[in-house]
Amino acid sequence: MHGNEAEFLESITGFVGAWYLFAALMNTGAALYLWRSGRVTTLVKVAGVGLNTLTLWALVATVFVTLSGLAFGGGVGGLRLPQALRDAFDAVMAPQYYVTGMLVFLAILYVARRFFVQPVVAWGGLNFVLLYMGLSITDPDFASIVTKPDNVPIVGLVYLLGFFTWLGAYKAVLNDDRLAEGLEPLEKADDEKVLVWPDLVYTELICMVALTALLLVWGILLQAPLEEAASTVKTPNPSKAPWYFLGLQEMLVYYDPWMAGVVLPSVVVAGLMAIPYIDYNKAGSGYYTISQRKFAYVTFQFGFLVLWVTLIVMGTFMRGPNWNFFGLYETWDAHKVEALNNVDLSEYFWVSLLGSARPSAPLGSSGVVSLGYILLREAPGFVCVFLYFAALPPAMVLGCKWMEDRPLLSKLRIVDMKELFLRAGFVRYMVISHLLLLMGLLPLKMVLRWTVNMKYFISIPEYFLNF
Amino acid sequence: MASLGDIIRESQIWKSVFRHPLPVDRRNRVVVMLTNFFLHLHPVSVKKQGIALSYTWCMGGVTFFLFLVETITGVLLMFYYRPTLEWAYNDILALRDVASLGILRELHRWGAHAMVITVWLHMYRVFLTGSYKPPREFNWVVGGILLLLTLLLSFTGYLLPWDQLAIWAITVGSNMARATPFLGFEGPGAQLLTVDGIDMITNASDARFGLLGARFVGEETLNRFYVLHCIAIPLGAALLIAIHFWRVRKDGGISGPL
Ligand code: HEM
Repeated sequence: MHGNEAEFLESITGFVGAWYLFAALMNTGAALYLWRSGRVTTLVKVAGVGLNTLTLWALVATVFVTLSGLAFGGGVGGLRLPQALRDAFDAVMAPQYYVTGMLVFLAILYVARRFFVQPVVAWGGLNFVLLYMGLSITDPDFASIVTKPDNVPIVGLVYLLGFFTWLGAYKAVLNDDRLAEGLEPLEKADDEKVLVWPDLVYTELICMVALTALLLVWGILLQAPLEEAASTVKTPNPSKAPWYFLGLQEMLVYYDPWMAGVVLPSVVVAGLMAIPYIDYNKAGSGYYTISQRKFAYVTFQFGFLVLWVTLIVMGTFMRGPNWNFFGLYETWDAHKVEALNNVDLSEYFWVSLLGSARPSAPLGSSGVVSLGYILLREAPGFVCVFLYFAALPPAMVLGCKWMEDRPLLSKLRIVDMKELFLRAGFVRYMVISHLLLLMGLLPLKMVLRWTVNMKYFISIPEYFLNF
Repeated sequence: MASLGDIIRESQIWKSVFRHPLPVDRRNRVVVMLTNFFLHLHPVSVKKQGIALSYTWCMGGVTFFLFLVETITGVLLMFYYRPTLEWAYNDILALRDVASLGILRELHRWGAHAMVITVWLHMYRVFLTGSYKPPREFNWVVGGILLLLTLLLSFTGYLLPWDQLAIWAITVGSNMARATPFLGFEGPGAQLLTVDGIDMITNASDARFGLLGARFVGEETLNRFYVLHCIAIPLGAALLIAIHFWRVRKDGGISGPL
């Protein structure tokens, strides 16, 4: 890489400089806004000297201006995360840490949402992310993966989701406080009627003009990708589906195509459309709230932000040749070898546990006999899957009921499945619990893969039936 | 003396098009909403809360706007593009290098990515405000189908440039159909569908073949995806968007606390 180093740095100088300049302008804007609106708040007071938000963002703006000046002045090479830090990131990055990390991160955001929705904290977080991007993009590997034309929208998606998740939570927390005091949600307090012309049509017009401008700028700055002419004999490595399907492609690591590519997507679509019919909770209709619909909120965030978006981000930025995992600062090396020694459940059961061979039909047996042997071989898997889908739904209800008289244990209950069962009714409860179990199966499979190299619960390659 | 504007607005032509004076007073602001075809999508008045940017994020509207952008740029692209093995790639090359207004393809592609993102964000907003709850259940379902159609539009369009990126992404995506239970030739249960020992589900008769029109991504696929992308799916989406908007109004306008 060293030969191109200078060239690379030169190519990104303008971008990095503009990036920091943009961040500086943002903070200047924030400081101005606080000053004009008189919403300045004091953050800390040490020995009589207070730091208020106005000073803070003005300072941050100064820092960004300085960084921008350094970048434009030809010093981009120095504006990097230290190599040791980047190496450390790459070293700890692996699917298990990335996915679990995201889960833990979102869980913390959720639990401590009162802290994170404060504008000061959120704005600080945004500044941090901008700085992190700026310091990372000067790494050639990071830059090459993030600035691929088709990947740019996904970077945008991450920022947009961050912003809108914050906005939703911010408004929900405001409402939740009001609801706790017996007041009505803010949306209700503001239900005066206005004429569509001019109030709505003008907003729409401004939105359209702004969007058109944005698209034009985007189109001028970034050329649409066009690779070599199609060739059916030259398979690119990696071959990736369009980005919005990369979550499904990622599932191929854990599931066979019939599940990852056909059954689960269908279930996702069907489950999504079923939401209005299985959510029996009448509260929280037409206003932002978390406290009144915690279960729905958490489930949706888990499905959307973790299972869908997190996997897309991983599939886009961290899956390289042969679908191997690469850290963000790692060069995509097509010769990287990852040992694949995954083991089926039947192997664990018959060979490791019972110390015998896996049952297999004697040579020349008829079709029916072979099938019998296959079923015997996979019996442990069938039992597990059966227990998971048939026994868990009632067991969860009974378990919650059992916990009821044990105050200590019932604190551990995240959801009261008994309550859910009683309120939803039998059919809806069955649909809900099975959708939840299907959602939960992916993380479960991941954990089993990461810890004990579990491949399939049921493995019948003879009939293309692996599960 | 009458200004030019007044003369125009007093002319028979103008009056035949706009059946009311300028919407500067309350009465005419109501009338404009009722007599203009495009504006009558909207009600005359709305709850202030329902149109607050911080409530709807304007994401449904943005999605619709992007759909219109895609339609217009898409029609223009069709002038330049022929869906055949011989021409597809070359036409795209020419679009970049020869055609004037050289960002047509960019607008269409980035608009498409943006639309996928805004549909998700719109759905996210509708979920967070609980706006799918009665009486709006059905409109959520219509939205769900629109989400699917948006992804399919993007997916079918991805193939058309006929470069390496295109055919391999579609190959990876459509390979999944090979494993459809019963209907894919490598799917569980496909072997059961035999008549007199002859397999009914082969690589020339399975779900993937139906999707691609061939056993691999080839000219038949290009043709099939082109028709789906330019005609079938947009028509379906337009119809559903109409129903979607109709239902927003019939379900009582943008949601709000009871
Ligand atoms: C092409 C895709 C879509 C377009 C153009 C579209 C457009 C719109 C528009 C303009 C509104 C008015 C309110 C707003 O802007 O938020 C709306 C409302 C609504 N949309 Fe969509 N939408 C689309 C997809 C979806 C999807 C994917 C869903 C959910 C799965 C959905 C569910 C709803 C519901 C339930 C409402 C009523 C919300 C309320 O009253 O607050 N839509 N849609």
